[in-house]
Amino acid sequence: MSATSYGWLVLAFPLAGCIVVSLLWDRLPGRLSGWIASGAIFGAFLSSIGMFVKIQDRPEEAKSLVDTAWTYAATADFKVGLTILVDPLSVFMCLVVSGVSFLIHVYSVAYMTGDRGSSRYFAYLNYFVLSMLLLVLAGNFVILIIGWAFVGAASYLLISFWYRRSTATYAGIKAFVINVIGDVGLVIAAFLLLDKTGSLDYAGIFGAADNVFRVDDGTLVAACLLILLGAFAKSAQLPLHTWLPDAMEGPTPVSALIHAATMVTAGVYLIARMHPLFEMAPTAADISAVIGTATLLFAATVAVVTTDLKRIIAYSTISQIGYMVLGVSIAAYGPGMFHLMTHAFFKALLFMGAGSVIGAMSGLQSIDRMGGFRRAMPFTFVTFTIGALALSGFPFTAGFFSKDEILGFAIARGGGYVVLAVIGYAAAFLTAFYAFRMVFRVFFRNPVPEARELEHGHPAHHEPQNPATGEPEDPDVGFPGPEHVIAERSWPMKAAMAPLALLALLAGVLQVPGIDEAVDKFLEPTFADSRYADVHPSTGTEWIELGIGGLLALAAIALAYFIYIQRRELRLVIRERFDAVHSFLFHKWYFDELYDLLVTRPFAAMGRFGRNVVETDFVQGTIVGGATGVVRVGSSFARAIQTGYLRGYALLLALGVAALALYFLISSS
Amino acid sequence: MDVAWFLVLSVFIFCIGIAGVLTRRNPLVVLLCLELMLNAGNLALVAFARMHGGAAGQVFALIVMVIAACEVVIGLGIIVALYRRRLPIDVDELSELRG
Repeated sequence: MSATSYGWLVLAFPLAGCIVVSLLWDRLPGRLSGWIASGAIFGAFLSSIGMFVKIQDRPEEAKSLVDTAWTYAATADFKVGLTILVDPLSVFMCLVVSGVSFLIHVYSVAYMTGDRGSSRYFAYLNYFVLSMLLLVLAGNFVILIIGWAFVGAASYLLISFWYRRSTATYAGIKAFVINVIGDVGLVIAAFLLLDKTGSLDYAGIFGAADNVFRVDDGTLVAACLLILLGAFAKSAQLPLHTWLPDAMEGPTPVSALIHAATMVTAGVYLIARMHPLFEMAPTAADISAVIGTATLLFAATVAVVTTDLKRIIAYSTISQIGYMVLGVSIAAYGPGMFHLMTHAFFKALLFMGAGSVIGAMSGLQSIDRMGGFRRAMPFTFVTFTIGALALSGFPFTAGFFSKDEILGFAIARGGGYVVLAVIGYAAAFLTAFYAFRMVFRVFFRNPVPEARELEHGHPAHHEPQNPATGEPEDPDVGFPGPEHVIAERSWPMKAAMAPLALLALLAGVLQVPGIDEAVDKFLEPTFADSRYADVHPSTGTEWIELGIGGLLALAAIALAYFIYIQRRELRLVIRERFDAVHSFLFHKWYFDELYDLLVTRPFAAMGRFGRNVVETDFVQGTIVGGATGVVRVGSSFARAIQTGYLRGYALLLALGVAALALYFLISSS
Repeated sequence: MDVAWFLVLSVFIFCIGIAGVLTRRNPLVVLLCLELMLNAGNLALVAFARMHGGAAGQVFALIVMVIAACEVVIGLGIIVALYRRRLPIDVDELSELRG
């Protein structure tokens, strides 16, 4: 089996899983739909491994394989079809996506037990994985855009999964609308590139780019900026980030999969894939790097004051993806993609742990009401802490090796990029701080009543309510059922979290500076044509940079310990002192309010105008009413003749005949 | 005999028939006058047949008689139905088919 056959298999498994679960949704007992879906993704993972092995067999120059299933349009100079591209970058992404998705599916089997829509959930989840793999394996812009749109649709379906909650449906619509803005950017960029290079295939575009575009050509910069628009919408960077925190309305495994490990990394993948174009348009690449860094800092500051557990992790995602965007924009492709992988591991782990804690709290998500779960939930505590350590970049965890390599690369590029690196280090400090803010507030200090009850063996049960607004919900209508699952009592959740914890700790060995750089070497064939392929900090410098990162992490953890465990009253003192700052950060820098003012209200007003004036008055009243009115008036004259009066008709008949006869008489004489 | 006299008679009878159809209110009388008009037409047909010498006019007159018979059947059927439904047997009152 060739590598591309494995590629088609990778796509076929989730498709089959989705179809089987959708068709048999009400016939599958208990958790079977979940196991079928997980099995499908496991098949995809095995096929990805097959692809990996086959690719490794091939020589360096021949590692990029293209295969077309069928051709959509073929003319003399233009051909486009259902094409997949199997090269190290896509294989890497497929491995990460299918591997983490498989673990999240297993976790979901336990998490969604007893939920009325669990078959629908697994069908959607398989559909999502299919679309993500399609996006990643695409060989031309058409399939990329198809995968891109499908992923957005799957995200919408899964965010508003508990559709009876109005907050969930609003969040789904918000995510979809913002994603569509990005889709438009991507499509227009595809048009621009097709117009200038005459091809939609990656190979065609990249090959022609050198000949057609000068460096920093206007059209190329425009196309790259539009691609960035798409990437930023999907990856929740400034200013299109507002959908991601609200997307936490979806079930926690959805947050883990879509909004941590896979979909939001699609933007990073896109920039890495389009690297020949970005390297020829340094303006766009620099804009991307600056926005990535700004997002990194922004999200870190907001995560320090947010009180909803899942939203803290969501802002953390936005922030870490800022790292990845910075990485691939400054041509640090290996480090950027490596951070994508490690982030997938520890972020999914954090979300899974959060899901377990929320289960113990019977659906409540505010850390103000959590505390002291250390003894009641030891497994969750250990795995969550491992995730937080990796997120902070604690020495020798996976995050340690991945985060600061990007900043090291920035310093090696020199010039203005050093400023970005400094901002990156500042944000790293904040990251470690808020990560351990979570750990200390949820697991340490005095146990809250729910924790105490759990220590005695009974999980808490509250009245079902919407965690965001607190309004009561009726569990019979299809909301999350009365079952709230915690990891300690559920073997699928443990089976999913344990491998991720190990990977979060140990995955760093793949890219130890100076010893082995497995990820860099694996991805080298894809990025061999990069202009910055030889810009690389020396091993000694890299270790120093990693060391700085590690020290910052330790300092931040110490600070968090000081504030949240030792001197607890300090927190409230600081909040009072810096009330304006706290309020600004708590309202997420007022982005939502800004967009409400600039975008939502004008469009809603336009919609109302459209309905009242254009539709009701103009179209219904004038055009439709006018036409019918004219006909009615005209026909009222004709109606007057129909009196129903027999003798009248007879008279008319007689007169008519007489007139006719007279006419013929006179005309013939 | 001059054909013209037959035609004059035919016109006369036709006019009496039309006057009856237009003026009378009882549908039975209207049907009778209708028959008058038809027979006036028959007379004219036969007179012309006599004038031209062929038999076409006479055959046509026979056909007209058949048609008149059928139409009277239907007309009388409607009047019987009206009677059975206790509707007024008055042509002026029966004007539901109005526009």
